[in-house]
Amino acid sequence: MVDIQTGNKIKIRVGNMNFFYGPVQALFDINMDIAERKVTALIGPSGCGKSTFLRTLNRMNDIIDGTRLEGKVLIDGSDLYSPMTDVVGLRKKVGMIFQKSNPFPKSIFDNIAYGPRIHGVKDKKDLIEIVENCLIKSALWDEVKDRLDTSAMGLSGGQQQRLCIARALAINPDVVLMDEPASALDPKSTLKIEDLISDLKKDYTIIIVTHNMQQAGRVSDYTAFFYEGRLIEFDETEKIFTKPNQKQTEDYITGRFG
Amino acid sequence: MTKQRLKARIIKYFLQSCGSLSIIIVLLIFLFLFKEALPFISEPGIGGLFHSVWNPVSFQKEEFGLLPLITGSVLVTLLATLIAIPFGIIGAVYISEVATAKEREVLKPFIEILAGIPSVVLGFFGLIVVAPLVKDIFGLNTGLTALTGAVLLAFMAIPTIMSISEDAIKSVPIIYKEASLALGASRIETIWKVIVPAALSGIVASVMLGMGRVVGETMAVMMVTGNAPVVSFNPFTSVRTMTATIAAEMGEVTFGSSHYASLFWVGIVLMLMTFVLNLVSYRVLKKYGMIDK
Repeated sequence: MVDIQTGNKIKIRVGNMNFFYGPVQALFDINMDIAERKVTALIGPSGCGKSTFLRTLNRMNDIIDGTRLEGKVLIDGSDLYSPMTDVVGLRKKVGMIFQKSNPFPKSIFDNIAYGPRIHGVKDKKDLIEIVENCLIKSALWDEVKDRLDTSAMGLSGGQQQRLCIARALAINPDVVLMDEPASALDPKSTLKIEDLISDLKKDYTIIIVTHNMQQAGRVSDYTAFFYEGRLIEFDETEKIFTKPNQKQTEDYITGRFG
Repeated sequence: MTKQRLKARIIKYFLQSCGSLSIIIVLLIFLFLFKEALPFISEPGIGGLFHSVWNPVSFQKEEFGLLPLITGSVLVTLLATLIAIPFGIIGAVYISEVATAKEREVLKPFIEILAGIPSVVLGFFGLIVVAPLVKDIFGLNTGLTALTGAVLLAFMAIPTIMSISEDAIKSVPIIYKEASLALGASRIETIWKVIVPAALSGIVASVMLGMGRVVGETMAVMMVTGNAPVVSFNPFTSVRTMTATIAAEMGEVTFGSSHYASLFWVGIVLMLMTFVLNLVSYRVLKKYGMIDK
């Protein structure tokens, strides 16, 4: 699928999507085309549904009892929520970085090798290669190459988050979802993560939830503004930040609420 | 000193002594055990405890070797633990990770009930149901074996292992689970490769506590293990545990005799074993912050 106006290849298409936590509707009629190998930022005040939306893209909401989704989410044209969908296989295609860095209480090496091992990579040499590549991509290699067998819990917060990025890349995904990946980090680590996002864009479709408007402005190509479970406006980041079409978007961007 | 302050002080001492009661009782019991066991050291000599025959009532030669009783207890305990571990841990995983809220509501009270069954009732069940079953399945002359006792003791250890393991599994942060699922791991892979390893310390502690319970159990094992004091590591033979020995012989022993004193040595060994098991599990739980420091 190709977007006619921009010429971008569409990686994810969300059509008429409604999402419920039990009886409570959290997302209302979302329609969105997400471009391949671009960074799409999701912004909006707390509770607006942006994280919920992100988590529908790899069915992470499935682990919460009583959630339900209507409508369609297509990745590369195949429906994520059709009963035929292999959820495990899907999650392999879509990596995810969480708000709070969550390395396993295992060694640095075993953290990154976890995904590949599960997906059948057994050869030690292959694993070593994957671990090294992913650590290089996540800009962590130089800091940890001499202590791959030490516990990941001994890393700093920023290093842990980059380790989680390396771990997500190790399963060789097409799409990387990031849920406020830098919100718990200091400015220097945040900058490193942002640089990393710009690098990764070459190979991956990235969707990032952020509270930080400047961050959205710095790293993303497209920005979607959510408010009270609805997608208010979705456009090129530059346009959203300079001359948004909607009054609500403008009010939020200029800090009048949220 | 005013009357008020005196009153406050008296209340404080009263509360303090109530709070210290458990310490006092433990110390008193230890003291008492040693006092009664002491004469054995001079006559017939403490070396007799290390013999491999327990035959305390005899016209020819009385033997007070604790070895068969210790091996009996160890054999039954280890077997029971081996049987209880898979059921306890898998059950805990099921309750905490797989079961729906409704299933959990039904299961948990039953585990409590299992934990609360009086051991003598369990002993009945062992005599009538388990022993004949063991006899038939393995083609033995008698169903009263170490294995039979171990099966019953496993029933007692399972609730302990299950409920403490469940707490341990539940305290694993959900972010580990999310991370694993997001990497494309299945639910089963997530449970065995991430959640259980992260909860391992608590699970180990639960097993130790379960063992502590099993070592000290008396009634059920006395009823079904056949009570033959022989040194054996064969699960299909009759054995006699330390607890059963004390319970069976204490009633008819001559007060102050060597036999009497030797039974107190059995008690001391038993108490030390449970003490060590409890201490180790307490340490493990404390180290990983599962109980308050």
